Amino acid sequence: MKQLPFLIMLAALLVAPFVVYPLFLANALCLALFACAFNLLAGYSGLLSFGHSAFLGTAGYITAYTTKSWGYPPELAILLGVAASSLLGALFGFLAIRRQGLYFAMVTLALAQMVYFVCLQAPFTGGENGIQPVPRGHLFGVIDLSPNMTMYYFALGIFLIGYGIIYRTIHSPYGRVLKAISENEPRAVSLGYRVDQYKLLAFVLSAGLSGLAGSTKVLVYQLGSLADVSFGTSGEVLLMVLIGGLGTVMGPVIGAFIVATMVNYLAQYGSWVTVIQGVIFVVCVLIFRRGVAGEAMALARRWRLRAGAVAKP
Amino acid sequence: MVTLTELILETFGLTKAFLGFTAVKDVNLQVRRGAIHALIGPNGAGKTTVFNLLTKFLPPSAGRIQFNGRDITRVKPADVARLGMVRSFQISAVFPHMSVRDNVRVALQRPLGTSFHFWRPAASLDALNPRAEELVEAVGLGAFIETPAVELAYGRKRALEIATTLALDPEMLLLDEPMAGLGQEDIGRISTLIRKAAESRTVLMVEHNLSVVADLSHTITVLTRGQILAQGSYAEVSANPEVREAYMGTGHA
Ligand SMILES: Nc1ncnc2c1ncn2[C@@H]1O[C@H](COP(=O)(O)OP(=O)(O)OP(=O)(O)O)[C@@H](O)[C@H]1O
Ligand SMILES: [Mg+2]
Repeated sequence: MKQLPFLIMLAALLVAPFVVYPLFLANALCLALFACAFNLLAGYSGLLSFGHSAFLGTAGYITAYTTKSWGYPPELAILLGVAASSLLGALFGFLAIRRQGLYFAMVTLALAQMVYFVCLQAPFTGGENGIQPVPRGHLFGVIDLSPNMTMYYFALGIFLIGYGIIYRTIHSPYGRVLKAISENEPRAVSLGYRVDQYKLLAFVLSAGLSGLAGSTKVLVYQLGSLADVSFGTSGEVLLMVLIGGLGTVMGPVIGAFIVATMVNYLAQYGSWVTVIQGVIFVVCVLIFRRGVAGEAMALARRWRLRAGAVAKP
Repeated sequence: MVTLTELILETFGLTKAFLGFTAVKDVNLQVRRGAIHALIGPNGAGKTTVFNLLTKFLPPSAGRIQFNGRDITRVKPADVARLGMVRSFQISAVFPHMSVRDNVRVALQRPLGTSFHFWRPAASLDALNPRAEELVEAVGLGAFIETPAVELAYGRKRALEIATTLALDPEMLLLDEPMAGLGQEDIGRISTLIRKAAESRTVLMVEHNLSVVADLSHTITVLTRGQILAQGSYAEVSANPEVREAYMGTGHA
């Protein structure tokens, strides 16, 4: 019963590419994983990062470069991307974690801007043009990823692995401590938890999983681009998580699909996309605070309360 | 006559200045092992700041702190807790969106050594349930074990805090105004809990309710404007004319 929403999502994702363009869906899945990774930090650890594009983009560039220039197979190229973004996450985390609240966010933003600048200037990223076309290659030397359908199911597999890791993390002994820290940090300290170490691990996990999303994303549209490391991407992932529901397991997935669809359909209006996103952002923050998943859960709870007489403490 | 080995906590010239304003000044506090020791004083006297200094939530501007014969002046706050001195907060500190059981389990799980294991199911913590339930029962919250802490009445939140603190089985408890905001009935209950906890521990407690202080504590330290004004038993302290004046001045009877 508790797994029902997940099973519905899984079923929908399995049949979706027969109805909708598979590459659009595969890209949305990468964004969904990115949003889930961001949510692990923002929703479950209470750390707001404004620099997550750095992890998505860096991993993407590494994967794009190693497949295109060195002919690495996709699995190795993705692994390298994840390793690079995890390392970068450890560095960001180390520098930012001692700061609180807005200062934390500002440090991550500043570091991400530095990464953006490096990517803009470094010769191997291709500057404004990016790296393209990125070859998808053969998975484990056997499965050809060039057909779009195959690529979609590969992206789905990656998404499910990442989603599983996040789900497990949230529901682990470590996840309990993270929740305690996000709910009342001084109390967690007074119980003997060295909270900085827990936050750092959360940051590295989140960065690594963002990298997993970024590396896979590059294979989908066969393009490693500056857009992925830009500030706009860091803002967009925040929007996805807020729309879907901060601190809910599935909310970010819903949010990512909503934003991806929006961007797709609104593309014809050019720069108006940004304005419309901004309006939605404000509406979410002001009225729709719990996001789609959060509001749905609250509704279900109210329903259950009305249905059965529940003892009041 | 107090010999040194009897002291569990001692401070030497403990001082804290905030931007030129000295909130705690040259405090030499001595807490005997096994005692219930009250720290009292008017609002803004610096009591909470002393707690923050003792538990290293704030770094002292000057002075030393010795706990169990060990200098802890430079120890990190989480490590102070590991050494056996655990504090509560002036405003109730629970994990609001966790159940009563889970609140207590957060304290119990650290010694398992799996608190960084993000790959392990949380069900592995179920082994802690019997102990958690025992602690929750002991503070009279047995009926609320599944209730999210945020839904508890204020007095029950304070009881939960005590259960969570006791889950660590600390040698020394620092309680910052455990009775603040409680009704008469709750005060009686929490008093009993504190006395019971103190059977095998040392308690240092900030409290404004003087009847509670008189009833519970062996030793009292009076703090005014960051400095120790008087120290001794309730009878001694309450007979001190300076103490009477300090309290009359701020309206505390
Ligand atoms: N972080 C801080 N920065 C600046 N001043 C502070 C800080 N913390 C406390 N103070 C000041 O230090 C003084 C002592 O405060 P403290 O909270 O220790 O008093 P208290 O004795 O606990 O009072 P109460 O009975 O109201 O809880 C107050 O004047 C307070 O304004
Ligand atoms: Mg105080």
